Amino acid sequence: MNTFRGFVVKEFRHIVRDRRTMVILIGMPLVQLALFGAALRNEIRETRVGVVGAVVDDVARGLAVRIDAAPQFEVVPLASPDEIEPAFRSGRVRQVAVFEPGFAERLARDGTADLQVITDATDPNTANTLLAYTSAIVASYQAELAAEGKIGGPAPAVGVRIVPEVRMRYNPELRSVVLFVPGLIALILMLVCALMTSITITREKELGTMEVLLVSPLRPAQILVGKVLPYLALSLVNVLTVLVVSRWAFDVPVRGSYALLFVEAALFTVCALSLGILISSRTSSQQVAMMIALAGLLMPTVLLSGFIFPVSSMPVPLQVVSHIVPAKWFLVIIRAIMIKGAGLEAFWKETLVLVGMTTFFLVAGIRSFKERLA
Amino acid sequence: MAASVVATELHKAYGSTVALGRVSFAVEPGELFGFVGPDGAGKTTLFRILVSLVVPDGGEARVDGLDPVRQYRELRRRLGYMPGRFSLYQDLSVEENLRFFATIFGTTIEAGYDLIREIYAQIEPFRDRRAGALSGGMKQKLALSCALVHRPKVLFLDEPTTGVDAVSRREFWDMLSRLRAEGITIVVSTPYMDEATRCDRVALIQEGSLLGVDTPAAIAASFDRPLLVVRTPRRLDALRVLRSYEHARSAWSFGEDLHYADTRDRVEPAEIARLLAGAGIPDAVVRPATAGIEDVFMDRMHGTAAPGAAA
Repeated sequence: MNTFRGFVVKEFRHIVRDRRTMVILIGMPLVQLALFGAALRNEIRETRVGVVGAVVDDVARGLAVRIDAAPQFEVVPLASPDEIEPAFRSGRVRQVAVFEPGFAERLARDGTADLQVITDATDPNTANTLLAYTSAIVASYQAELAAEGKIGGPAPAVGVRIVPEVRMRYNPELRSVVLFVPGLIALILMLVCALMTSITITREKELGTMEVLLVSPLRPAQILVGKVLPYLALSLVNVLTVLVVSRWAFDVPVRGSYALLFVEAALFTVCALSLGILISSRTSSQQVAMMIALAGLLMPTVLLSGFIFPVSSMPVPLQVVSHIVPAKWFLVIIRAIMIKGAGLEAFWKETLVLVGMTTFFLVAGIRSFKERLA
Repeated sequence: MAASVVATELHKAYGSTVALGRVSFAVEPGELFGFVGPDGAGKTTLFRILVSLVVPDGGEARVDGLDPVRQYRELRRRLGYMPGRFSLYQDLSVEENLRFFATIFGTTIEAGYDLIREIYAQIEPFRDRRAGALSGGMKQKLALSCALVHRPKVLFLDEPTTGVDAVSRREFWDMLSRLRAEGITIVVSTPYMDEATRCDRVALIQEGSLLGVDTPAAIAASFDRPLLVVRTPRRLDALRVLRSYEHARSAWSFGEDLHYADTRDRVEPAEIARLLAGAGIPDAVVRPATAGIEDVFMDRMHGTAAPGAAA
């Protein structure tokens, strides 16, 4: 056991002495947290909406005022429909509401009037969100008018009029940072564990020290565990750092059990470490190991896990592929714990999938780590 | 006493490339045994088989009485190995490197100190320095200390002096000679012919085959043709003239000089000087010489013909 301890101590020294790696390992989670937390916001705030034809019309102006009052929007009056195109082109507005001439009179007379909403769909997700917000405002304004009896036409008296009352649970302000922090933890664990492990093992191969380690009485399992143990510890420290900072700086809650969170995080970490071992036992240079880890693990973790793009809105083939991305399962688990405060009963299936994947990668990784050279 | 290292018909191929073709030899206990040959001759493959890192396709090996294929666990405790590319942990200090290698072999610096004392004492003043900041010669000493700290019975050194300056190389061989006195069997490989003379016995290796195994003196003496050293500023021209001479066995460029071997039993230097002068190279100095291992190596490597391509 003394042998093993000596090995782990040496591994820690490698990490601590390599300043650049140290900065990356400690600093990267914080930088990413700052990026995802503050800069990369998904939510809509104070988007400028052009309004045409609302100046003289009471009803139309009332709607424009309400749009302007919503935190998502800021109204920019446009003098005529001719200004719409240039306003979109220059990016001055992302959406335009065009009231037909005589909007209020037609509404009073026919009970219906045309409001054209034009949205800049350069970014389809944002466009959809904008449209949803606008429709909600229009609907509530309509209900308000109806209550005041300002709209004629088919009488609402007949009865069944369903007014949905929408409530957003768990993240009422729809803050994207709440969604990103769990994803960020998955990303960091993948990066630190898989990438760093595969690099540190292939580095020994490049240095020629791996040959000596293999020829020593050390068992392969001792070499592997000794290599990954420091990274496991470091990863859990990173998880803690991210949780503390996101709580303190962005007010991201952990509603569920911390213990459960750390057990699941440890499980995912071991999964990532096994992937790192698997990569490094099949490559012999740091460069190749890094390329495989980045392209083969990080990209799917970012793009296919539901971290940024919801899995449910992906094309079916990609959804199928996403099933083999460990981060996808981990994200379901960690979001449930952090945001919903759910317990194991809510995600035991995902946990089992993760356990299965981890076992598979671990066995494959240890098996392909040879006691001899090729 | 049984031989320390025995190889019987060892064979290893990578795809269609034969790295080692049915190699057999035996190293006596306490012997300093050298493998001499150019890069790609199969030295590293041979060493890796003997230290249990590579399984041979055919043949058998015994190292300290153990089979590297089946008894590798036990064998790994008894051997010391310095791979060719071995470069230590650059970010660990001298002492940390040594302590680490002592630890993984289940020993301590103190327990192995008397064996490495003479070598380690030279670098001990720098024990807090990072290994990456050491000179090539000092790195070599540290690497040797690391390979020795667990008192191996057999020590394998794969090209330990490649990339090290001439003075450090000489010091390194002095250290090996002293280690041999401790009773450790040392198997070493080198691409440098001049180092072969420092070994008890030498095996010439080329393209996976042994061209001969003997003491350095016996190998040198096996060169049975008269040898002349030719010195001229116009080496390439002279080489062409010598090779096309009807009695030429071989002509090679050896650094500043040319070595010329004749097919006849005797040849006068004056005859060769005249030959060169007649071909428009008047200022060549020609004198008789005793063959070295390199002459034998070149001779055996290429047979009797002197291919014009290799100059």
